[in-house]
Amino acid sequence: MPVEYIPRTRELYSSYLPYRWAVNQDTPPWTPLDKPIAQSKLAVMSSGGILYRDQPRFHREDASYRMIPKNATQNELSVWHFGYRTVDAEADHNCVFPLARLRELEAEGAIGELADPAYSFMGGVYSARKIREELAPRIADELKRAHVEAFYLVPA
Amino acid sequence: MTSALDITRSVNPPRAVFVNFPLGHQTGKPHQPDLQRQIVRDALRRFETIGKPGTIVELPYVWDAHDRQWEETDYTGNFLPPRPPQEDADLIEEERRARFASSNIK
Repeated sequence: MPVEYIPRTRELYSSYLPYRWAVNQDTPPWTPLDKPIAQSKLAVMSSGGILYRDQPRFHREDASYRMIPKNATQNELSVWHFGYRTVDAEADHNCVFPLARLRELEAEGAIGELADPAYSFMGGVYSARKIREELAPRIADELKRAHVEAFYLVPA
Repeated sequence: MTSALDITRSVNPPRAVFVNFPLGHQTGKPHQPDLQRQIVRDALRRFETIGKPGTIVELPYVWDAHDRQWEETDYTGNFLPPRPPQEDADLIEEERRARFASSNIK
């Protein structure tokens, strides 16, 4: 049975303000992908706190994001996140941020184009409002400017 | 993608793909590029096959056929590593940034 993270999070963070989970009951906004992914420009974003070279780490309640060059290699990437066990992501970024794998898929023609840069943020932010009002619109603007057609979000 | 099915059901995004792996491993295990590539391929295919908004597809990957212990302990009790005291955290951060500042990696 898939793990129920809502009760476990409540328990784990029981000494903090109770988190207000997003509840969206309306039909979500919908844009169909009108051509194959092999002909589409795809951008990837991780919430796992991935950093490129000497980019500054994330802070508590940090709705900032990082731009990660699409050709970044394992030894140029590090991880800062308090909300999951990061040891495997630190050893191999592809566990939470499959950048090398996406480059390979682009090279073989499985995706039309991998957008440059890729994006990373630190998902352990209590304020959903900050994510909704600050982070998400900024990322959306970047994606529109870059004519990204499909957006691949990978959680930690 | 989603690593937490109950959270994502509540968020109700346009489309999502779920892999039932421990947190921090949504796109695979370290140093297993074939598994990672397969998961990513399977996830990306759903851009083309999901037709109904709000659909969450669960991919049939199993973390460990012989051991489901992780499902009992993921995100419980002492699951998260203790946070280092602030001075140590700052030192770790300084060292990380110095490593890249002084290196010749292009």
